Parts: sequence; structure tokens; C-alpha cells
Amino acid sequence: MKISEQWLREWVNPQLSTEELAEQLSMAGLEVDGIEPVAGIFNGVVVGEVKECGQHPNADKLQVTKVDIGEGELLDIVCGAPNCRQGIKVAVATVGAVLPGDFKIKKSKLRGEPSHGMLCSASELELTEDHDGILELPANAPIGEDFRAWMGLNDNALEIDLTPNRADCLGVRGLAREVGVLNRLDVTPCEIKDVAVTIKDERAIHLDAPAACPRYLGRVIRNVDVTAASPLWLQERLRRSGVRSIDPVVDITNYVLLEQGHPMHAFDLAAIAGDVHVRMANPEEKITLLDGQEITLTDDVLVIADEQKALAMAGIFGSKDSGVTENSKDIFLESAFFSPDAIMGRARRYGLHTDASHRYERGVDPELQREAMERASALVLEICGGEAGPIVEAVSVQHLPKAADVKLRASRLESILGIEVAANTVEAILQRLGFAVEKIAEGWQVKVPTYRFDIAIEEDLIEEIARVYGYNNIPVKAPVAPLRMQRQAEAQLPVRALQQVMLAAGYQEAITYSFVDPKQQAQLYPDSAALTLPHPISIEMSSMRLGLWPGLLQAAGYNQKRQQQNVRLFETGLRFVPDSEAENDIRQQPMMAGVILGTVQGEHWQDGVKAVDFYDVKGHVETLLRATGRYHEYRFVASEHSALHPGQSAAIYRGDNLIGYCGALHPQFEKLFGIKGRAFLFELDLRAIQERRVPEAGVISRYPSIRRDIAILVDRNLPAGEILEVIRRVSENQLVELNLFDVYTGDNLPTTEKSLAIALTLQAADRTLEDQEVSTLISKVVTALQEEFNAVLRDS
Amino acid sequence: MDLEAILQAGKAAAAEATSANELEDVRVEFMGKKGRLTEQLKSLGKLSAEERPKAGQLINQAKQELQEILNTRRDELKAAEMNARLNAERIDVTLAGRMGEFGGIHPVTRTIQRIEDYFGQLGFSVKEGPEVEDGFHNFDALNIPAQHPARADHDTFYFTPDTMLRTQTSGVQIRTMEHEKPPLRIISPGRVYRNDYDQTHTPMFHQVEGLMVDEHVSFTELKGILHDFLHHFFEEDLEIRFRPSYFPFTEPSAEVDVRRKDGNWLEVLGCGMVHPNVLRSVGIDPEQYTGFAFGMGVERLTMIRYGVNDLRAFFENDLRFLKQFS
Repeated sequence: MKISEQWLREWVNPQLSTEELAEQLSMAGLEVDGIEPVAGIFNGVVVGEVKECGQHPNADKLQVTKVDIGEGELLDIVCGAPNCRQGIKVAVATVGAVLPGDFKIKKSKLRGEPSHGMLCSASELELTEDHDGILELPANAPIGEDFRAWMGLNDNALEIDLTPNRADCLGVRGLAREVGVLNRLDVTPCEIKDVAVTIKDERAIHLDAPAACPRYLGRVIRNVDVTAASPLWLQERLRRSGVRSIDPVVDITNYVLLEQGHPMHAFDLAAIAGDVHVRMANPEEKITLLDGQEITLTDDVLVIADEQKALAMAGIFGSKDSGVTENSKDIFLESAFFSPDAIMGRARRYGLHTDASHRYERGVDPELQREAMERASALVLEICGGEAGPIVEAVSVQHLPKAADVKLRASRLESILGIEVAANTVEAILQRLGFAVEKIAEGWQVKVPTYRFDIAIEEDLIEEIARVYGYNNIPVKAPVAPLRMQRQAEAQLPVRALQQVMLAAGYQEAITYSFVDPKQQAQLYPDSAALTLPHPISIEMSSMRLGLWPGLLQAAGYNQKRQQQNVRLFETGLRFVPDSEAENDIRQQPMMAGVILGTVQGEHWQDGVKAVDFYDVKGHVETLLRATGRYHEYRFVASEHSALHPGQSAAIYRGDNLIGYCGALHPQFEKLFGIKGRAFLFELDLRAIQERRVPEAGVISRYPSIRRDIAILVDRNLPAGEILEVIRRVSENQLVELNLFDVYTGDNLPTTEKSLAIALTLQAADRTLEDQEVSTLISKVVTALQEEFNAVLRDS
Repeated sequence: MDLEAILQAGKAAAAEATSANELEDVRVEFMGKKGRLTEQLKSLGKLSAEERPKAGQLINQAKQELQEILNTRRDELKAAEMNARLNAERIDVTLAGRMGEFGGIHPVTRTIQRIEDYFGQLGFSVKEGPEVEDGFHNFDALNIPAQHPARADHDTFYFTPDTMLRTQTSGVQIRTMEHEKPPLRIISPGRVYRNDYDQTHTPMFHQVEGLMVDEHVSFTELKGILHDFLHHFFEEDLEIRFRPSYFPFTEPSAEVDVRRKDGNWLEVLGCGMVHPNVLRSVGIDPEQYTGFAFGMGVERLTMIRYGVNDLRAFFENDLRFLKQFS
């Protein structure tokens, strides 16, 4: 909310500078977000009257004027504004004046005609950004007065960001009350007198939905002149609150809203057929709003209606056909209390947000309607003339919110705040806030005025006391709690440990968005449906990720475009897989994934350049798996994945559970992510690599180990992993190390075969293995390989 | 040949030897089984019993002397050989090593880990939860009823009217309190989402929320723990102020500002005493237990701590940016 400081100070005027006042409000929970001067910096501008106005002899668009600024002699001023004419009062920048932007006014000649000053527009004085001609001042503006002083322009607009609970401060009245409390000052409210009722016209009012609208006041005012412009003071007040002047009736309702914090509405009486009904909208009921858009209402929207049609969305927006126009002669003023529950969320549903809906959905004082009505009536009669009918009030007392009556226990106050606040301080604070305080045995019984509808429970009162007492006057104390250690399962490998593995392999951690481009994602995972955001930031950020690869590949491409040839990125985070078995139908699974591009170690002076390949990324995965101490439980199986090169991808299993993949990005996707060269990826179910083995120490054999190498010929497409598995199975517990150290294909071998060289290291726990035993075991292995794979032992 | 001449010849030969092998040849030539000095011993038989001891002693002296010379020479040669080898193996140690790169964690993670460590010292355990959340955990249980204006302030990404991307990690507190009873000390770091994207907002960012529920937890203690945290986090004795604010799930509520070097206050976190409705919604008696909760924006803290100017840099994953935090 934006409000004029001057206006506020008319109600209550603490001896504080603007900055001090703003600071005080902020520290009381009414955060002042900005302080803006209401006009630019200027001087030497006075009120004048255009006495003569004629065509410039040498320029079509200019006029020559003679302006009276109360100094006897008239000033010659050339003016280009189309609205410049004889008889109007204007703001005159005299010779020597300095306007915003350090613009100095000097004597000059414009196309041969002398000009001793300038007639100012609102934008030239930085009042508004309007450029339509010069300012026209009211006829009673005193000639020769300093314009700045006369307009009271040494004022600031305070931008106050109110929290949703403090709707009582959404007007000068409430804000002044708060400032009064903080400074222990009395507030001078504006005097509201009942206007003279001079006609009998009225409209009957029916509360058809009394829970939603328990109080509605209506009044007929006839013979108003809506064509008159609002007086300057009124326009100024609105302007300083950021509200545009429309016509006097709308301006008055807005003024009352700003002053009293209470929304008002005015209808054209001629548009109301018969009685007024406050009712829920009929299903599919249509209404054309003031701004011209037609909307279809649902039956939980409260409307103001006549006997035929809806006239307004209650507390939100009026209809086009029932609004006051320059042709309106008679008006019907509304001042109502709508229950916040009946208004909340409705405006937003239709993409609306008005000053009225903003207040009604947070709440207004249920006792303020009559005063607001009288205040608005008085202003209408003053500005637009007319005759007022009696106020018709429809009320359903049982549905009106009751003033809260809350018990505050001294013990509770102390236990929540942690300090003892003296009883007289408590009472003084509550009383200053306008609460009626009664001392009881446990503490106090507090009656809350209706304008503090945010106060409902004991804690609300405690907050009020703390707030006025000053949060920063409450001491700082270290929490006290029993010393208890936290459980730390040793078998749980912390994510940080896995991150360290990645860092050691040269990876940078990335954080990519959880929503990705649906087009890219659909290409990588064509067989999976993703959860989609119905209202995303952009379509490229609308699909919840099915894995971490889309984001990482995007980041890899981004970096390559920025001359980063070697990319190693990893990320941990959730993937979102639609799954009817999961909570909220979505499986949210923590994953760890990475991408590498470029070379193994840059351009090394000795080792040269080696591009990364599958075995680099696999090595990194293997290191991760080894960090669990359970490396032997995992295996890599040649397996295809839609995102990966079919000949360079492996599924990773732990036991029978698929826990991830690693491989080369399918070349067809390189362009999709703007990637040059080969990218290699891995992704693992994080939980599947976090179960660490708790060590159980065994006996270290004191006997020597024996290494035997074998070379075998097998089918070229046979995965080496299967061979090693058979060797492990056959050689059982005497095998302590197994290493495939050479793969050979080439000249002296058939093209369908490859030669594998494998080292077996054997050792027994309790004795030195005899040659004979070793040879027996090796032939057992060779036999098994022959049987299972048609392997042929090569001469070594 | 007389003994002295042989000894001199042996010494000369030892001095001329340029390798261990040559030196060994010298040893064999003079001291071997058929060596020239050894042969001298054999000739003792020709001498008389009177002469023999004297002559034997002389020969042994000569042998001993030559042996010492051989030993010395061997050590010299070994040292020379070692030196030659070391010289040959001299390299330029300033050239790059292999695989010297070490990666780095993301600055946001770095901040989260620091926060976890500080609160971990005080017995706060880390809890995580789902990011696609339901209305109960994200709003209702936090005392934010449907249609409440506070909901509108959240710019929520909805999937359905009752499922959404979490707008805060407070849901984790609810999930924890559903399963664990006080005393509770937890923090919940993680991604949160708001439908807002401009210079100062990204649609995804990170929060760490904390919760302590116990008998007699008070606002003074909330102030105490946050003062302590901010001083430690920034490693600076900076000025801190608590400003009244409003969150539906806390009462009283506060925002906390720190004063920057330029004299301006900057909001760094929100906090308050847990609203009794929140405790009730998870079956904790607010008469027996009180609690405080706080929430902080990780990016904001990271920006202040490391002087990052552009929020969006956190999610571009530009290696040149990330490597600054290695």
C-alpha cells in the first residue's frame, strides 16, 4: 500500500523524521519498502492565470500568452500546449526557476517572440508521467503563491508492504492508530457526521447469503453531477497513493478506501431493477465487468444483484452496465461487510486483483460500514451535489464476526517469550492497542476491538506484546536441551563421501532445474511419460525430469559453447517418475548422475591427448561402487538404453536390481544438446550405492600367493565379464585376485575371435599351495571355460 | 716378486678399476684362491720355522691393507654409480603431474553443508522430503488454509489442486513430527519452487528450515541460536535485528536482517515460535511443548558470503563460475 506521509501526519504527527517513521513502522512489522517524494525537485514555480492567449505569428503549434503571477506586470510566455487558453490557472516556472533535471528557466525568445517563463505540465514537475498538456489548477488557486507550498508537495509516498494479517492498516485510519500506539500519541480522526437526509428514496436490501454477507448498507443519492472534475486535493491524495482519478464518484469511493481502509462501491441507480439482493451467483451466471471482459461465475462467488441480474462480484469488481458514468444522475452507494471466506481466492481465480478484493479477502472491520457510508455520502454531496436518501441497513447479527475475547496467561507469556514482562507493561501495551484488559488470577482477560480481527488466540496477544515491547529488547539466550548424541548408522554411506569420489575424479557439482524441456526429455526417454507442469515459467521448463541427464547434457552443451572443452559435471537430486504405487502417484527417487566430455587429462606434456571414452566413465562408477565396500555385489551388463549408444552402454545391477546405467550418449542426440564430440554418462540410484559394508576383519594368509596367467581364444562378442564370473565361481575361495590384463584381436587370429589374457592369483589361508593343486585348479578353470564358452587355451 | 711390489701393483690396480666388476677382478687377481698375495702365503712353506711367522704376518698385513683399499674403492665406485644414475634420472619437477584436477561442490551445496555442520553440532539432524508435495503438508498442516492470501503469495506451481511443487521445505517438518515425537531438533535443506523468474527470482531455489520442539523452548532461545548461527556463518560479529513479520505457521513471527558493510540491512531469514495449530495438526500438545522454526534462503546466504551478484548464475552451471568454489 502506498500512502501520503502528509496525510498520515494529519491524523497523528510523531516528532520523527520520515526515515525514523519508516524505520519505526518496519520494526513494528509494517515494513516500509520505499519512500518516494511525491514531486520532483524544483523551485521558482508559482500559481498564475493566463490572461491572454493568442496564436504565435511564426509557429503553428505555439501560442503567445500573457500570464498574471501577481506582480502587476504580466509575463510574456510562449506555450506549446494545446490546452493552453485564456482564463485558466496554471503553474508558472518563472525566470530563475530550476525544474527537475536541473533545468534552469531563462529569458528567451521562441521564434522571435519573447518568453519569460514556462507553463508547466505535470510531467515536467515529476508529478505524474502524463504528457497531455499543461497543468490546469482550480479557479480558486491563489495567484502568485508558491506552487510547491500551496500544493503541499514536500511530501513522500510511503510504500508499505503489509503482511496478510494486518489488513487493519490498509488505510490511513488504521495506520494512524498504529503510529499512535507506537509513539503513545492520540490520534485525531477525521470527523464524520451524518449527512442530512433530504429525500425518501431507498432500495430494499435482501441478504440471501447472510454468512457471506452479514451486513450491507445502501443509500440512494439523487441528482449528482458526475461530470464535474474531482477537486485537486482529492486528485492529489489519490495520485500520491498511486490511484488514478476517474470521475468524482469513483474517486470518492477510492478516497474512502484509502482513508478508512474500507472499500465502497457506487452503482448507477437507473441500472438497478427493483430490490437489491446479496446472493451467491447462479451456476454459469455471466457478468460483464467494468473493464469489458465477460466472465462466467460459479456458485461460490458472491454477487450483488437486482431482481434480474448480477450487478457486481461482491467486494471484487462491478459490472459494466451498473457502473456510474458521466451520464449517471442518481447513484446507489454500497458499504458492506463481506466475510473474508466468501471473497478469498475468487478474484485470483478470474485473474482479478482490486484494491477492494485485496482488503475484503484479508478482512475489514465489521463495525465500520456506517461510518464509511456517511463519509462517502458527505463527500459526494460536497463535490457532486445531490440529495441523499436514508441509509438502508440489512444485517444478520448472528453471522457477524464477534469481537474476540482472549485469555492471556502470564505463565504462557513467559514460556513463549522466555522473559518475564512486567504486568503493568503488558497492560499498558494492550491498552494502547485499544484492547480492554481485565486482570484475572492467571493473567488477563482481553477484549479485542473489532478492527483487530487478526487477533484470535493467546499467541496473537503474545506477539502483539513482543512487537510493541520491541523484538530487539528481548534478550538472546542459548537454547538449553539435554545432550544427546544422534544416531549415525555406519552402514549408511553419506552423500558427501560419494561427492568426494566425484571431486577426486575431477567432476564439478552441478545443480540443474528439476523441470526440463519436454522435447529433449521425450527424445531421451521416448517410452516414459513425465509429470508436466500445467503453468510453467516457459515450455522449456515444463516437464519434471525423468532422470538427471537432460539437465546435465544441457549444462554440458552450455559449457562447450563457452569454450570449455573438458566438461565433468555430476549432480545429485530427485527424478520424478509417474508411479501409481507411490505417494501422490509420483516416485521421487534420489539419483546421482554425471557427464564427461573432452580429454582424460587435458593436453599432457608427456602423455599427449587422450579423449575420454566409456572406460573412463565406467571407472568413475566403479570407484563410486568401491566406496561402498561392496563392489563385488555390483555388475555391469551390456544393455541398451534409449539415450545411449547401443554398443556402448551398460546396465548396472546390484544383485538382481537394476540400479543405473552408464554409457556413451547416443550420437543422434549430440546435436540436440549442442554437444561436439562424444559425451559419456552415468546415472545411479543413490540409495543403492549408500549401503556401506561395515568391516569384519578376517585372517591375513601368512602363505605366499601364486600367480598363473592363461590366454584363451573366445568368440569376439563374448563379454569378458561372463568369463571372469565363471572363473570366480569355479576357483572358489583360493582365488584372491583376478585380472584380465590383455585383449587382443588382429592379424594372426580369425576375425570372429579374440584372445584374452587373464591373471589368477591364488592363495590358501592355511598352507602354501602345491604346484599340483594350482595346476589342477587351473585346468578346472580351463575346462569350465571350454564347456561354457568354447574357449581354447592358447600356448603360452 | 717381492711382497711390497705386489701390494703396490694391487693398490694401483684397485685405483684404476672403474666399476664394481673391474674391482672384483682386481680382488680375484690378488686375493683370490690363486691370487698373487694368496700365492705368497703358499710360498711360506719354503721358509724356515723362524722366518715363517714374521713373513706370514707381513703377507697378512699386506692382504689386510689391500682389502681395506678395495673396500674403500668399492664404496667410492658405488657412490659414483649412484650419482651417475641419479644424474641420469634428473627430471623437471615443475612440469604438470597426471590427473591433478580436483572438482568442487556447488556453492549452494557448500552453504548447505556449512549450515548442516553448525546445526549438527547442536544435535539437529538432517531430514529430507519429497519435492512434489500435497496440500496437507505444504499448506494445511502449516496453518495456511485454502484460499488464504498467504497461499497466493507463494506463486505455487500446481499439478492438480492438491499436488504441487513444494514452496518451502516446511512440509518435511510436518512429515517428521508425524512420525517422531518431541524433543525434536531437525533441519531440512532442499529445493523449493515458486512460479517467478526475473533478476532476483529463480523458479527453483534452496531453503534450509530448522525446527526445535521441546518443553520450554522460547523466543529468547530462537534469538540465541540464530545470532549464534549468523555470527558463525559469516565469521563476523555483524549486527543482527529481529523484525516482526507474519507467517501463518509461526506466532510470534520475525524476519531477521543483518547489517551489511554499506550500512544497509538485508533480510536473511524468517522465523518464529511454532503456531499451536501446527503442533496440534501433528498431534503434539502445545501446552506441553513449544517450539521454534526458522527458514533461510540458501542462495541469498551464499551470495552474501561469497559476493555472488547474479542469482541466476547458480543454475547455469558455467564451469568458469563453479570452479571458483573448488
